[in-house]
Amino acid sequence: MDNSEKSTAGLTRTLLSETGLITSFALRAIRVAFQSPLELREIVHQVYMAGWRSLPLVMTSGLAIGVVLSIHTRATMERFGAEALIPAALAIAMISETGPLMTGLLVSGRVGAGIGAELGGMKVTEQIDALESLAVDSFHYLAVTRIIACMIALPILTTVMNFSGLIGGFLAETAISNVSLGIYFQQAFAGIGFIDYVAPTLKTVVFGFIIGTVSSYLGYTTTGGSEGIGRASTHSVVFSSMVLIVINVLLVRIILVLFPAGAL
Amino acid sequence: MSSAGQAIRFESVTKSFADRRVLDGVSFDVPSGETFCIMGRSGTGKSVTLKLLLGLLKPDEGRIFVNDVEIQTMDSAQLVDVRKTMGFLFQYSALFDSLSVAENIAFPLRRHTRMSESEITQSVRERLADVGLERELDKMPLDLSGGMRKRVGLARALALKPSILLVDEPSSGLDPITTREIDKLLMNLKASSRTTVVVVTHNVSSARRIGDKLLILHEAHIVAQGTAEELDQSRDKVVQQFMSAESEVKNAV
Repeated sequence: MDNSEKSTAGLTRTLLSETGLITSFALRAIRVAFQSPLELREIVHQVYMAGWRSLPLVMTSGLAIGVVLSIHTRATMERFGAEALIPAALAIAMISETGPLMTGLLVSGRVGAGIGAELGGMKVTEQIDALESLAVDSFHYLAVTRIIACMIALPILTTVMNFSGLIGGFLAETAISNVSLGIYFQQAFAGIGFIDYVAPTLKTVVFGFIIGTVSSYLGYTTTGGSEGIGRASTHSVVFSSMVLIVINVLLVRIILVLFPAGAL
Repeated sequence: MSSAGQAIRFESVTKSFADRRVLDGVSFDVPSGETFCIMGRSGTGKSVTLKLLLGLLKPDEGRIFVNDVEIQTMDSAQLVDVRKTMGFLFQYSALFDSLSVAENIAFPLRRHTRMSESEITQSVRERLADVGLERELDKMPLDLSGGMRKRVGLARALALKPSILLVDEPSSGLDPITTREIDKLLMNLKASSRTTVVVVTHNVSSARRIGDKLLILHEAHIVAQGTAEELDQSRDKVVQQFMSAESEVKNAV
């Protein structure tokens, strides 16, 4: 076996081993989540940290994405004289895929990196051991609460992203066609049913689980001082984004199988 | 073997990390109410001993008793009750960065007692007064000096009034005056509450001041244990080197 084969084999082994460890971490989180005490106070605090504090980023991004999508959609629709379908096309694009995926990636960058760095910092400064010494289950208190908070925050942030995107689309349209807000939103939601919104938005609960689990795992297993904290933070973003994009393919397929007519 | 009458008992404890053995068949007892100092060069398993006592690490072999209860077979839920009877002062204090001084000390009280907020505030003030920091209630840990952080760490470790206090390198990174202040706090604690104290240190003069008994670890084994006077009489070369290290440094200066 030459060096490149050896390094590929080593990388594959590491990847499989890490996947196994993260899966075991996730299963433990699911089991511990239902154990007493439920840590509701800490969950609320983490929802505030992950959700409320991500609002400016999500709203700004949503607005910008809405404007850009609207401009692109108009360029296409104009060729067929179908300008009236622009709001509906934008709503479908935002709600079905762009909103959930973009929110997932943005939260993975902001919150995932934060969790990785925060827990990594607590690990190397022995604060996690300090929690254990104070008779607190650090895994439940730190990791599980953050995972649940991400699962709660993601669908809410996705809804905000979708709405901001439509507002952005309206602003871009109104500059050209003077359409009113009422008519724009009426046209946007004309072809969208409740299930069309619920299914893609609920899939972000899974995104939240992935972001919370991967970044908590990497923070929790940090070694090597400040360099290790930086590594945990970076890897949290990279790995959770990668897993999220791949799992998204699977979830889209599942949604289309479960709701062939309804989910866009 | 019975462990009655002992706050802590180590029976033939062995612990390795990768291929490095840091403790090899280590046995010792700590009677209730005594201050017991574990000494040794860096990397000889002193801090590992404390983490084994708290159940943060599991021994590869051997048995560990805390207040007559065998702990190495316990899971994390069972260890919660044992840990409530113990306090741990970490080498670098390990205060929670995101909480103020008062919140750090109130944390275990909120988690494990049914005290009202006013009772918690009163208790926090008392613990801080014990360590001479009653005016630093609202400061954040990063705004404190190393010695102050250590004292807040001590106040937090004592918040639940534990029967056993574990202290990891109390003089690490501190000047001699602050070291003496911390030593004095530990001696006062023993006098006022008969708390069993296990101190890991490489500071021989500090160990002489506060320790009823001293133990020296070397290359994963215990080379000596007894009072400071008994260790001074030892003919073992490692013990002699260790116990005279302080005076040699003073002479060199």
